[in-house]
Amino acid sequence: MSGILSSSLARKYAMALSAFFLIFFLLIHVSVNLLSVFSEDAFNTASHFMGTNPLIQFIMQPILIFGVVFHFVMGFVLELKNKSARSVKYVKNNGAANATWMSRNMIYSGLAILAFIVLHFIDFWIPEINTKYIHGDTSGLLQNGEGLRYFEELHLKFSNPLRVGAYVLAFVFLALHLLHGFQSAFQSMGMNNKYTKSFKKWTKGYAIIVPLLFIIIALFHFFNQ
Amino acid sequence: MDFTLKIWRQDSANAQGSMKDYKVTDISSDTSFLEMLDVLNQQLIEKGEDVIAFDNDCREGVCGMCSLYINGEAHGPKKLVTTCQLYMRSFKDGQTIYIEPFRADAFPIVKDLVVDRSAFERIQQAGGYNSFDTGSAEDANNILIDKETAAAAFDSAECIGCGACVATCKNSSAMLFVSAKVSQFALLPQGRIEATSRVLNMVKQMDEEGFGNCTNTGACEVECPKGISLENIARMNREYLAASLKG
Ligand code: HEM
Ligand code: SF4
Repeated sequence: MSGILSSSLARKYAMALSAFFLIFFLLIHVSVNLLSVFSEDAFNTASHFMGTNPLIQFIMQPILIFGVVFHFVMGFVLELKNKSARSVKYVKNNGAANATWMSRNMIYSGLAILAFIVLHFIDFWIPEINTKYIHGDTSGLLQNGEGLRYFEELHLKFSNPLRVGAYVLAFVFLALHLLHGFQSAFQSMGMNNKYTKSFKKWTKGYAIIVPLLFIIIALFHFFNQ
Repeated sequence: MDFTLKIWRQDSANAQGSMKDYKVTDISSDTSFLEMLDVLNQQLIEKGEDVIAFDNDCREGVCGMCSLYINGEAHGPKKLVTTCQLYMRSFKDGQTIYIEPFRADAFPIVKDLVVDRSAFERIQQAGGYNSFDTGSAEDANNILIDKETAAAAFDSAECIGCGACVATCKNSSAMLFVSAKVSQFALLPQGRIEATSRVLNMVKQMDEEGFGNCTNTGACEVECPKGISLENIARMNREYLAASLKG
């Protein structure tokens, strides 16, 4: 790696900043999804806004895609570099003696999330792009023209138990990833002070509550078919 | 006490190494780990075999020479001790003990359990000092430093450069060591004078030596015999960010 990302610490900052961005995005995503549990109309309105607002579509969305790709590519780069720093492994290594499972397996929880993102793209993002930009239908209306289509599409997707199972599992991995990752990102950015204890609690709360909400939303639709 | 030892034997830097089994018997529980190895080496000498090479010097936990990865942990299972401060009473009678060298490509093996940690020296030489003359001891109150800061700087300075942090880290990262060396200066007024170039140069050297990156697992902090804390790494990250922005 050259230029601005040539130093190990610069790579850490980049990793943490991209992660903060993804964490912020997830908060918005879960908020919109939550609407689908309480009000079909509110969910449709919010989805239509997110799906057609030019600022979100043409500025935030590319930034988000860049952020995700950057994060996992950098994750792979770090993993490869770190692995190659010890070419002969220990015969006996007691990793659990000094670090959590989550912190030692970020690449595996990350890979599970990546697999989910592929599924999620096939499920929602590609059809969405297809409807809006290939077929040029930005009306957001159902085929029969009676109301907005977003809630219907979401609700239908969660009728398949396999898909719901995959979603639930993926969000468990997201929780594991964030249980270590969120507080780690603060440390990477150099924050470790008298507030760290309470920050760790907040990040733990986020890491459990946000994935749990996604799981609850998926199960809600599955059981209310 | 009796022990079965599985020890890494390797003739030279480029030779193929492997684990070999040894038995030691009638070891007093008050024997230190290194003394236990001395006993084993005496037996090997009497049998005319090649002794097991391992690093050691002061044997009181301050020099940073002893190393060893014991049963999967740097400096063995006890916290806040070096291998020389580890006693056989920390093990069970009849236990099998794995003894391996500290492993990282930046710490090449010299022989058996001895590794070359001169990468740490080169990092130190890249900036772990004040280049100017600090003169002879002045009146202690000439430069006022609050107790908390002085204590924190002293805590960082406790690092003995043993390399357990690197050996423990799943990424072979040297950040705990480097951050302790950066911090012991960064916290004090005399150290601020060259703070910018120091952190840039030391991190650059660290990267060139081939140590891995930090994933903040915290394993180093747990295994460090001197209790160097992760706060040092956060401080180094802040220092480096500020230094990079300054250019
Ligand atoms: C797309 C698949 C993903 C992969 C392959 C991946 C991989 C990784 C890896 C390997 C690390 C550890 C890097 C290191 O050694 O420091 C990491 C850190 C992190 N990841 Fe991910 N990740 C993914 C998605 C996500 C998502 C969606 C989020 C959040 C919403 C996230 C949040 C974090 C955080 C907070 C960190 C800690 C950053 C730090 O220590 O500075 N990751 N990721
Ligand atoms: S930080 Fe701790 S483990 Fe690392 S070299 Fe210094 S004393 Fe040894």
